[in-house]
Amino acid sequence: MLKLVQINKLFNEATPDEKIALDQINLHLNPGDFMTVIGSNGAGKSTMLNMISGALSPDFGEIEIANKNVTKLPEYKRSQMIGRVFQDPMAGTAPSMTIEENLAMAYSRNKKRLLKIGVDRKRRELFRASLETLHLNLENRLNAKVGLLSGGERQALSLLMATFTQPSILLLDEHTAALDPSRAELITNLTKQLIEKDQLTTLMITHNMQQALDLGNRLIMMDKGQIILEFNAEEKKKLTIPKLMDEFQRIRGEKLNSDKALLSV
Amino acid sequence: MFSAVFGSVEQGIIYAIMALGVYISFRVLDFPDLTVDGSFVTGAAVAATMIILGYHPLVATALAVIIGFLAGCVTGLLHTKGKINALLSGILMMIALYSLNLRIMGMTSENSIGRPNIPLLNTESIFNQFKSFWGSLGIDSAVNNFFSMLGVQYLPATWGTLFLMALTVLFIKFVVDWFLKTEIGLAIRATGDNKRMIRSLSANTDTLIIVGLGFSNALVAFSGALFAQYAKFADIGMGIGMIIIGLASVIIGEAIFGKKTIVRTTFAVIAGAIIYRIVIGQALRVEFLDSGDMKLITAVIVICALILPQYIEKRRERSRKAKRHAERLVQYHSLSKGGATVAETRPD
Repeated sequence: MLKLVQINKLFNEATPDEKIALDQINLHLNPGDFMTVIGSNGAGKSTMLNMISGALSPDFGEIEIANKNVTKLPEYKRSQMIGRVFQDPMAGTAPSMTIEENLAMAYSRNKKRLLKIGVDRKRRELFRASLETLHLNLENRLNAKVGLLSGGERQALSLLMATFTQPSILLLDEHTAALDPSRAELITNLTKQLIEKDQLTTLMITHNMQQALDLGNRLIMMDKGQIILEFNAEEKKKLTIPKLMDEFQRIRGEKLNSDKALLSV
Repeated sequence: MFSAVFGSVEQGIIYAIMALGVYISFRVLDFPDLTVDGSFVTGAAVAATMIILGYHPLVATALAVIIGFLAGCVTGLLHTKGKINALLSGILMMIALYSLNLRIMGMTSENSIGRPNIPLLNTESIFNQFKSFWGSLGIDSAVNNFFSMLGVQYLPATWGTLFLMALTVLFIKFVVDWFLKTEIGLAIRATGDNKRMIRSLSANTDTLIIVGLGFSNALVAFSGALFAQYAKFADIGMGIGMIIIGLASVIIGEAIFGKKTIVRTTFAVIAGAIIYRIVIGQALRVEFLDSGDMKLITAVIVICALILPQYIEKRRERSRKAKRHAERLVQYHSLSKGGATVAETRPD
């Protein structure tokens, strides 16, 4: 479903700040795969996601989505096939527009936008029905401006909008990191539920190791722009946090930076 | 007094269409588009030129709208494809239009290429065509009889212009309301609200900005075309400060009537344009002010409209807090008293 071939990216090329953001990244996701991505700050996780979404383009390498080479495709065209939820709850919704209007924009993601009323009665019923699955009582606030919602509610809405048209790839960039623990759990459960419902191929970045172990069927760890560890479904089931840290130490020959965010269990 | 207000309302309604255009660029797209100063004149120049050349006023107006749309698109292209700062691309388009407007009006002249103004006396216009139809209805005399019964002395020659104008602006309002609710309209609003989000929902923000600015300037040019036919002239300098007038209308309207929904905001913008015009009309009746002071008055009004709401809101909040505090004090006192009585009456 998703294929990254030899992706390379340099930031600040030919300056003293030159940094290898991605170094020979190869990745292959099968339809229905749910991969979690961990790694310390600056490991290149978000850069990889931005590469897939088209917000950044690679210096070398090819990107394939659903057997189609999309390396040269601009972001707005690619996003027909890609659902995305950002870390910042403000980023995924339009605050001055209503809940139903936001959903209407998500609804026309994979269609041509026309001079046709965005929210008609039929669609409103559809939106109401899908909001009910969130159990946040948003279905009764269709005309409320999204700016009035709490961070958790906005993130739930973003998640629904990202999965609304069953994208080929779902990209989640630490989408629970900015929420308090109870809200984060709610969004995590919702994520699981929505992905299972449509068997979405998913790539999820997280700073929470436990979450990375609990969710999905595959796991990779990134460091300094490389994928240093990869676990398949069988291996992942047996994985624990101490084992993961030992592995890291074995490969890198250094103790895993006891970064608080990384270790938040 | 009455005739001055009447004239202000007529003009205000014409400017309201321009203000709706400014609302779309400034508020909806969050794009400070200064093309307006140029495209208003372009609308007037195209309409006046076409009418002098013998075309039907409706055809002339329609062409003005189309040219205005194109002018807005060019500003959008400069900004999105040329990556020029929003303000600068508007200013560039504005000065480019200045020369183009001279040339457009120059088409009516045989011995020069450019022409700074066109008088439209004794020519056909949308208004006098409508007036002849309106006159046959005999509504004017009925309405005027009613007003003269009320003791109003200076009666307007015709109510037809006002009626036609009101009808037009209402129609435009409905078009704008509808457009902003279509799928494209929603995407344009999201472009002004959260570009990253709408891009992740597969919308090309560049195209949306270009179309949005085109639509905005089409309205501005329409307003210019109507103004030329109403005031019976087109002049190269008539657009100076137009953007501020539009902005003043938007700000005044929003401050007075609120901006909860689109339908309400577009109404507020129209009402704001009319109120602004009435205020200016009255201000010019003050002895020591000259018609040349109009731009200064405009600037002062806009400054007030921008500063006063902040000030009023702050005062409101302060008094609200003080009231709330007083209430709580009272509550606290009554509670402690109440507590005492409860304690006294307790059976044990």
